[in-house]
Amino acid sequence: MDLTSINPVLLIASLMVAATPILLAALGELVVEKAGVLNLGVEGMMIIGAVSGFIIAVETNSAALGFLFAALGGMALSLIFALLTQVLLSNQVATGLALTLFGLGFSALLGQNYVGIRAPSVPDWNIPLMSDVPVIGPILFQHDPIVYGSLLLVVAVWAFLKYTRAGLILRAVGESHDSAHALGYKVRRIRVAAIAFGGACAGLGGAYLSLVRVPQWTEGMTAGAGWIALAIVVFASWKAGRVLIGAYLFGGVTVLQLNLQAAGANVPVEILSMSPYLITILVLVLISADRSRAALNAPAALGRVFHASG
Amino acid sequence: MGATPLLEIEGLTKTYPGVVANEDVSLTIQPSEVHALLGENGAGKSTLVKIIYGLVRPDRGTMRLNGAPFAPASPSAARQSGIAMVFQHFSLFEALNVAENVSIGMETPPPTRELAHRIREVSETYGLPLDPHRLVGDLSAGERQRVEIIRCLLQNPRLLIMDEPTSVLTPQEVEILFSTLRQLSADGTAILYISHKLEEIRTLCDEATILRRGRVVANCNPREQTAREMAELMVGSALQSPGRSNVTPGAPLLELKGLSAKSSSPFGSELKSVSLEARRGEVLGIGGVAGNGQDELLAVLSGEQRVEPDAIQFGGAPIGHLGPNARRNLGVLAAPEERLGHAAAPEMSLTENAMLTGSVRMGLSKSGFLNWGQARAFAEDVIQAFDVRTPGAGNAARSLSGGNLQKFVIGREIKQSPQVLVVNQPTWGVDASAAAAIRQALLDLAEGGAAVIVISQDLDELLEISDRFAALNEGRLSAFRETSELTMDTIGLMMGGAHDMEVAHT
Repeated sequence: MDLTSINPVLLIASLMVAATPILLAALGELVVEKAGVLNLGVEGMMIIGAVSGFIIAVETNSAALGFLFAALGGMALSLIFALLTQVLLSNQVATGLALTLFGLGFSALLGQNYVGIRAPSVPDWNIPLMSDVPVIGPILFQHDPIVYGSLLLVVAVWAFLKYTRAGLILRAVGESHDSAHALGYKVRRIRVAAIAFGGACAGLGGAYLSLVRVPQWTEGMTAGAGWIALAIVVFASWKAGRVLIGAYLFGGVTVLQLNLQAAGANVPVEILSMSPYLITILVLVLISADRSRAALNAPAALGRVFHASG
Repeated sequence: MGATPLLEIEGLTKTYPGVVANEDVSLTIQPSEVHALLGENGAGKSTLVKIIYGLVRPDRGTMRLNGAPFAPASPSAARQSGIAMVFQHFSLFEALNVAENVSIGMETPPPTRELAHRIREVSETYGLPLDPHRLVGDLSAGERQRVEIIRCLLQNPRLLIMDEPTSVLTPQEVEILFSTLRQLSADGTAILYISHKLEEIRTLCDEATILRRGRVVANCNPREQTAREMAELMVGSALQSPGRSNVTPGAPLLELKGLSAKSSSPFGSELKSVSLEARRGEVLGIGGVAGNGQDELLAVLSGEQRVEPDAIQFGGAPIGHLGPNARRNLGVLAAPEERLGHAAAPEMSLTENAMLTGSVRMGLSKSGFLNWGQARAFAEDVIQAFDVRTPGAGNAARSLSGGNLQKFVIGREIKQSPQVLVVNQPTWGVDASAAAAIRQALLDLAEGGAAVIVISQDLDELLEISDRFAALNEGRLSAFRETSELTMDTIGLMMGGAHDMEVAHT
């Protein structure tokens, strides 16, 4: 085994790329869950975003339009979820699972004629001056715009929930929809908006897979990334900063195990392949081990159906 | 008074499918008046205040505020017109701190730092100390109510609506609340005070409007009426007080010795070295402000939470390690506070709910197979004996009104002829006549030789039916005292009284 073939600078730079789809999807789901809605359809919304972004990017030869339509595609699917759970008051868990199955099947149908095509490339934005700094430059300042955007989104979601009135209202709705309703807030409208935001983020995350990370369309290419995003939200105890840690940890172990495989490490491939899932969940479980604190941060009305009475 | 009334309501009517919630209701509130709204559950009090607060639109009728027509489309419109409301079930968010909770109920909240400052200011002025940065989940019920009140006061309301504000307070906290309300009224704020505690209304209110089945049946000055007269106006018939012949308690049946147990909820209280002895034929009353270990005590007594075998003894044998069904088999039964979801499964029929706790003692199942015919007969027996108003035993528990379901839940346990029965809040949210029936049934059970433990926040109830009384305070149970020797002051001290307020002052 030749460990010298693993370049730490490249490793860190590529872990950020590997983590971005999950980071985007998890941030969206974090906002949805803070509003008290459990949308298990993240995987389905991601793959719809992946396929719709890929198709539009190929047809228009513009990656930017691809990302835009990926966000719209994910949002469209999430609005079906919103209609079913918020207006027709269906069960959120069952609806979310159905959404994932629907998304996987529908994306396969849409993408039939696009297998094996290359996507238009997404240029890196090298930040002037900063990108030339040794070590730090290649790690932090030679990425594509979506990576920068996802990091800004972490800060934005954190600040939105902590410092803005709209964020306070969103948290209040997720904490007790009955109290929020009694105070005159539009619980349903706020939740639909949060669900749509979550859908758009998941769609962007999916498109990042098909347009940057792979970059090709294959059926079922999300391969459980949506489920990992859901798990990260819970184990990160609904904190944007910890979601970042969780996503980068997952991305890091994924890239590392690929490098180890390439370097011919003397460990069965199956164990290396499952290591990102195991290690991410293990570390986040340890972080959130203090159960009473985690429970405080959990939205108390998560997954409960809101029915306005009187 | 020649001045324009603050609020005039005329001919207000609101019907829901199948129910007339308010019919032709009229009432007038003057500035600085403390006006009581009285009535049993389902009399239409809540609907009326929801209309005033903009949560519900009336079908017919008009309201005038300071002489101008008033029809708030939303709570926010009502708040802007100077109407504030303190809800019975607090509209608070446990995971947010005090300042955030206040801010979310305001139309145009100032920046956090200034808000925290104003919360301190108002809380000092009205003697309601509060730290703006504490999490609401960590506050006592009395402190939570202060959060609600301060949220209202910061908006300088002209009319403050209070829905059953004292049901969760100790007597000392009630005193503090009343002096705050009197001070507010002296400053010109009118108060619409909803309650069914008649003695409180007699000491606090200037005017009373009594509702029965959605209609105004009387207007009176509560200071000139006796509590009994007002109660009879509310119910519409003469009231019977529960009573029983004197029984001398027999041998000890259930004993707790220095029992300690952790709570399963992050906001719960830990039980600390609780000891008690329940004897045959006696009713033990356990008071205390909600959240001081009541739920935990019930869980430990019912067997939902297991403890050391020796910590609980039944007839001298250790039972602390036994689960609920094993205890039922021995005759130790319990009925928890939460009717829907804890005492009864909401979507299941009454027959199925009867099966759930009755199968062990009533022999409703045999080698794993259920005997539905017997279960149905048992459910119908309970329905008849306790006058549960429902079309039949096949109806879902959720479809019953709170009072009727409570009668069913308590009746179901009593009908299994328990040796020991533990009930938590047996008459919570139940109207006066049904409450009297439930209390009588508990007394009859004790007279028949069982030991009854009543956990309740209704002090009047405990004084009425219990032989010995103790209070839970932060998970500790005080020593039991004969109920006949108690005064409200001693009870307040046993409950921990207002000691937390003195701490908060310093």
